[in-house]
Amino acid sequence: MNPIIKSILSPKFIFATIRVMTPILYPAIGVAITALAGSINIALEGIMLMAAFTGVMVSGFTGSLWLALFAGVAAGVAMAAILGYFHLQLKADIIIAAIALNMFASGMTIFLLYVFAHDKGTSSSLKSLVFPSLDIPLLKDIPVVGPMLSGHNILTYFVFIAVIVFYYLIYKTPLGLRIRAVGQNPDAAESVGINVKRVRLYSLLLSGFFGSFGGLYLAMGYVSWFSRDMTAGRGFIAIAASSLGGNLPLGTFLGSLLFGIVNAFAIFIAPLKIPSEFIQSIPYLTTVIVLAIYSINKSRKVKREVSE
Amino acid sequence: MGTILSLKNIVKVYPNGVVANKGINIDVQENTIHAIVGENGAGKSTLMKIIFGEEIPQEGEILYKGKKVKIHNSLEAIAMGIGMIHQHLMLAPDLTVAENIILGEEPVKWKLFLDSKKILKKTEEACKEFGFEVPLNKLVKDLPVGIRQRIEILKVLIRNAELIILDEPTSVLTPQETEVLFKSLKELKAKGKTIIFISHKLKEVKVIADRVTIIRDGKDIATEDASKLTEHEIAELMVGREISFERIPEAEKTGEAYLKVNGLNYINEENLHVLKNVSFEVRRGEILGLAGVEGNGQTELVEILTGLREATSGHIFLGEREITGFTPRDIRELGVSHIPEDRMENGVAEKSTIQENIIVDRYYKKPFARGMVLDWKKITEHSEELIKQFKILAQSSKTPVSALSGGNIQKVVVARELSSEPKLIVADQPTRGIDVGSEEMVHELLMNARDNGIAVFLVSADLDEILKISSRILVIYNGEIVAEFDSPAKVTQEQLGPYMLGVKRDKH
Repeated sequence: MNPIIKSILSPKFIFATIRVMTPILYPAIGVAITALAGSINIALEGIMLMAAFTGVMVSGFTGSLWLALFAGVAAGVAMAAILGYFHLQLKADIIIAAIALNMFASGMTIFLLYVFAHDKGTSSSLKSLVFPSLDIPLLKDIPVVGPMLSGHNILTYFVFIAVIVFYYLIYKTPLGLRIRAVGQNPDAAESVGINVKRVRLYSLLLSGFFGSFGGLYLAMGYVSWFSRDMTAGRGFIAIAASSLGGNLPLGTFLGSLLFGIVNAFAIFIAPLKIPSEFIQSIPYLTTVIVLAIYSINKSRKVKREVSE
Repeated sequence: MGTILSLKNIVKVYPNGVVANKGINIDVQENTIHAIVGENGAGKSTLMKIIFGEEIPQEGEILYKGKKVKIHNSLEAIAMGIGMIHQHLMLAPDLTVAENIILGEEPVKWKLFLDSKKILKKTEEACKEFGFEVPLNKLVKDLPVGIRQRIEILKVLIRNAELIILDEPTSVLTPQETEVLFKSLKELKAKGKTIIFISHKLKEVKVIADRVTIIRDGKDIATEDASKLTEHEIAELMVGREISFERIPEAEKTGEAYLKVNGLNYINEENLHVLKNVSFEVRRGEILGLAGVEGNGQTELVEILTGLREATSGHIFLGEREITGFTPRDIRELGVSHIPEDRMENGVAEKSTIQENIIVDRYYKKPFARGMVLDWKKITEHSEELIKQFKILAQSSKTPVSALSGGNIQKVVVARELSSEPKLIVADQPTRGIDVGSEEMVHELLMNARDNGIAVFLVSADLDEILKISSRILVIYNGEIVAEFDSPAKVTQEQLGPYMLGVKRDKH
């Protein structure tokens, strides 16, 4: 059998899928929460970059993984808070403010990288810590399933917990109910005394929180350094993933899984004599195609509903 | 029975200089249904917003249960026991009924999670207490508007409202739903609640209200027991002049057939046969009224005539020219005007200015366009002229349409459609949701158009309107023309009724 087909059919492929899905699923949860609240955050790209950079720097200088985690999350949440301030307090358009933040994060991390690591490309001169990988007892010894599910980074296991937290938050807590109400009809929420701005701010801060983990995983799990613009559009793919899933927990997970599979596929067919530029564009091409199919279906559905 | 709410000399001036309330005095007696009527833009809605804390008056006092109060926001109003049912319902479509009712004061367990059992129990209790039946576990978006309104009322009741304000509650309801609403309101009154009912449908006011206050031009004109005033008297107080409910004078001469519709069929996406072999003619100098209960194919028919929808089969002629399948612009270029049924949806662009809305059908023509550029000076002149001619109440031609009252928005649409020198006017529900004064004006304009030899096709669910201005009447039922009346002066509502309901039919 062709070695490439063989490798795709091996447990390694599933392992890789989960591995590359992680940094999409975290920001996708963030996007979904804000989309449900009616003020979609497209600054996850910048949030992840900031968190990744901060995590690497803090771990390199302090040698503490815990401090790196806290600092990384704080940086991501701070970015979200800035977005919230611009959008909710200063009433700026959230899309424009988010684009500004994304560009700011890209430039600022490169600048600071040069200041602290004397390099405009990567932080390899600085030794970053990584989050540990876990071999799960018993599970790791099961054939086929073991190599798929065991040995992942701890943040990868956390992302599954994050999906469950997302589910409970949205469906089982008053904040979740209010987030949904605000997203569906802000006037209705306001008329029963809900502070719409505050609910939206909370949703943005939560998106910063979840997004930060995606960034930390990229720099301190997926690899062990920070490099410029290392998010490489994952914050945008996350928007596609969550909107495919209707911004709901299971859907967001499945949407991210789809992009994980496509990404893993691109990695696995790399040895073929296909130009690597083409292979690298597969995940993005998929995004475009999937979004097109999705919106065509949606507009058909709307048409049907309208004609009723 | 005391006075629950007393408004003294309320004055409200909006930042843009519009004086909405010019010293209004009203006493609302406890445990009554008090109707407040007035034309669009008379200041009813502003007054209600003041009571509910959404607007703050510059002058005047509010006494609630005998105490002087200042209401700064709607939360304070709710806390005092005032509830409001807005005209546009305030519900989240993808939440369940129970969730919508409980929203904002959700019971919590373990300090963090929603207590779904308590939510259901609390909402069930409220339903039982007030005799409201609503499907608590269904999503709001799956329910008809009548039920949604009941959910709104429950929302207010569960917050212990004693004074309930309903802002034009019947404007979105079918006659059957209206009846159900009125029954509920009477039950609420029997349970000791006080209800303020905003409306400009005088028939309903007579049916439901104990007391009625008439507001005109920001002032309260009269407050009376509803039983002491006739509909006609209320209407005249509202408008401030005599109003005629009589038929308009007949046309002097009618010309040849101008719009000819031949064997029109329309089958929609659901494979429903919405229009069945519809044929008719509209002559120059007549108003052909199409009567029928809404949803019997009128919307589709009008959209096909104006090019917004394509017929499945059949032919349409303007004069000798076949226009089947023409685009809306082609049809408009041939002199067809369209006053659409839903003015906010198809009549105007809400956020654009009056002048922008007026030129949407002529911006590309001289003198408004000079080559690639618009001549804004000419556009403003033209719009100011129309504003004057059609008595549109607005600050200037650059006022956004969204700042106008419903009646004035309709006047903008009518001004545009009648000033384009039409040969055929298709008027779909031209007076829906506007007050008697504006209604009369629209009727007069259509009559003038008729007398100038224009063919007018009037579609209306309002039988009074059909009988008042039509030269001939057709009745549509289930997509078919089932009756024709050539001399409407002799026709009564009772005669039309059986045809509209499909009990009787003349044509096959």
